[in-house]
Amino acid sequence: MDILLQIIVTGLAAGGVYGLIALGFVLIYKATSVLNLAMGEFMTLGAFVCFTALTQLNAPFYLAFALTLFLAFFLGFVIERLILRPLIGEPIISVIMITIGLGLILKGIMYMIWTPSFRTFPKIFPPKPLDIGFAVVPSGLLWGFIFAITAMIIFLIIFKFSRTGVAMRATANDQQAALSMGISVKGVFALSWSFGAIASVIGGIVIGNIIGISVYMGDVGLKVLSVIILGGLDSIGGAILGGFIIGILENLTGLYLDPIIGGGTKEVASFFILVIILMIRPYGLFGKEIIERV
Amino acid sequence: MRCGDFKENYRKDEQIFQSIFVKFWLTLFFIFLLIFPFIANHYILYVANMVGFAIIGAIGLNLLTGFTGQISLGHAAFIGVGAYASAILITRLGFPFWLSLPFAGLISAFAGVIIGIPSLRVKGLYLCIATLAAQFIFEFIFVHWESMTKGITGIHIPPPRIGSLEFSTEKEFYWITLFFVVLGVGYARNLVRSKMGRAFVAIRDRDLAAEIIGINLFRYKLSAFAISSFYAGIAGALWVTFLKVITPDHFPFILSIQYLAMIIVGGLGSILGSIFGAIFMTLIPELLNYLSEMVKLYAPGKEEIFIPMKEVIFGLSIVLFLIFEPLGLAEIWNRIKNFFRLWPFSY
Repeated sequence: MDILLQIIVTGLAAGGVYGLIALGFVLIYKATSVLNLAMGEFMTLGAFVCFTALTQLNAPFYLAFALTLFLAFFLGFVIERLILRPLIGEPIISVIMITIGLGLILKGIMYMIWTPSFRTFPKIFPPKPLDIGFAVVPSGLLWGFIFAITAMIIFLIIFKFSRTGVAMRATANDQQAALSMGISVKGVFALSWSFGAIASVIGGIVIGNIIGISVYMGDVGLKVLSVIILGGLDSIGGAILGGFIIGILENLTGLYLDPIIGGGTKEVASFFILVIILMIRPYGLFGKEIIERV
Repeated sequence: MRCGDFKENYRKDEQIFQSIFVKFWLTLFFIFLLIFPFIANHYILYVANMVGFAIIGAIGLNLLTGFTGQISLGHAAFIGVGAYASAILITRLGFPFWLSLPFAGLISAFAGVIIGIPSLRVKGLYLCIATLAAQFIFEFIFVHWESMTKGITGIHIPPPRIGSLEFSTEKEFYWITLFFVVLGVGYARNLVRSKMGRAFVAIRDRDLAAEIIGINLFRYKLSAFAISSFYAGIAGALWVTFLKVITPDHFPFILSIQYLAMIIVGGLGSILGSIFGAIFMTLIPELLNYLSEMVKLYAPGKEEIFIPMKEVIFGLSIVLFLIFEPLGLAEIWNRIKNFFRLWPFSY
């Protein structure tokens, strides 16, 4: 019983981080209908930039963090302008493949700059784990969870109340209507990419803190796909809830199936879940069901 | 004076060998392919074999993604299924290579149909994610179903033979590869001008409209998956038999991307494009290897920069082709051909 509770709590904490990365996917998808498969590389890049600022420049954490966010904002903007904008209106395979190509380029460049060796993040959070009576939360996961939740709340507030947020929601709802109301749809596209990049680099820093960073960290980004499929590709709430569900399910399969199959199930569990969701309810829990008309 | 190539009926329009020039150049090219192994060295023949496997695989993927419009991020998984099927049939059940090959194709086609089933409900982005999941699930199976696949230690495969004739060197294997490439290209080229090929294109262009004009989506989508995976299975079986060893590392996600890159760089929805793309994408890593050897010779220690170069160049070629030449190398080829066809009176 104790171990079950412990696993659920760990899963919840990991799920918060998944939710944050999923949020990055959803922010971009909602406004621009592009599924950014380079998300994992954005994440890794963020972790590396923060890591370098902390160790090479000896910057305090808040400065390194701010620098990373600024760079992510800039990166999202540039990528949208240079790579995605020429593809507006192209078939879906082009858009998907270009994000994959982008991911490969980023990965290669990171490999050149930082080499493939594995690094551990400097301790930026107090290492004491939190004991909540029936379970113990490791420090990395706890702080990751706090970071993720804070970031999510800030994003939600921006979306709900700020002018930009309203413009973004309007664009997601109906691009033509938004355009005729004087909203700069192109500006919103660029901004969505920036926000998506920011969400993913925060996720990257948090994950880098928990499991250490290497060029191959980006694979987590693909695992998060099951989160957004479960929650619905265009639902922010779904991304957050989906993150928790997948986090818990993944840890549970690790607990119960690993002894039977012999290890590694945790890595692949989310893909099994993904296929099952696609078969039963392809548009996810809260996603908009697309009805096609000829 | 005729100043163009006019077709007066549909039959002529659908001909594979459209003019006497095409026949002439193709015959010449085929003769070149036949004498090629006698003039090339081991390394070039090795690369030629690799190109051959890539061509078979890329045509398979192009039939599915380029012609039918079903994006597959799991092509490496189907290549892996065919490869493992052939390896296991040969080593466990003592099948001769020639018999294992069609079985490998069929087993892979079966796997393809299973993965293709979601395509009836979901499409576009969602299908792409489903095939991505399939890729990782199959990778997991290759590693963990140790009683069958022997896990990461891999399986050794004996070379194929006819009677006392053994196909173990690059030069001997070249004939097998050439035979299957010609067969594969010929079949695909015929398929796309048949009823089925036209149905595929109709599904790609608008699946609902295709269904309304009487195309059975269930049948044709699954056929596309089956044929594509059959090609992949054959490519995989040939590949690992050529390498003489099979491990799960042979079929990573990056291989799927590499195949997609081939058909994008070559040209979606073009058999010729798949061939160009396969050649291009196979030669680039070899060229990088060569460059890295050179750099190692003249500036030791600096060659490490070439390890990630492969991914950067794959990524760059995908991005640049999609932005500047979405129809790929096949379109560039067509433009060059058209320029010379009517030259100097190209108006």
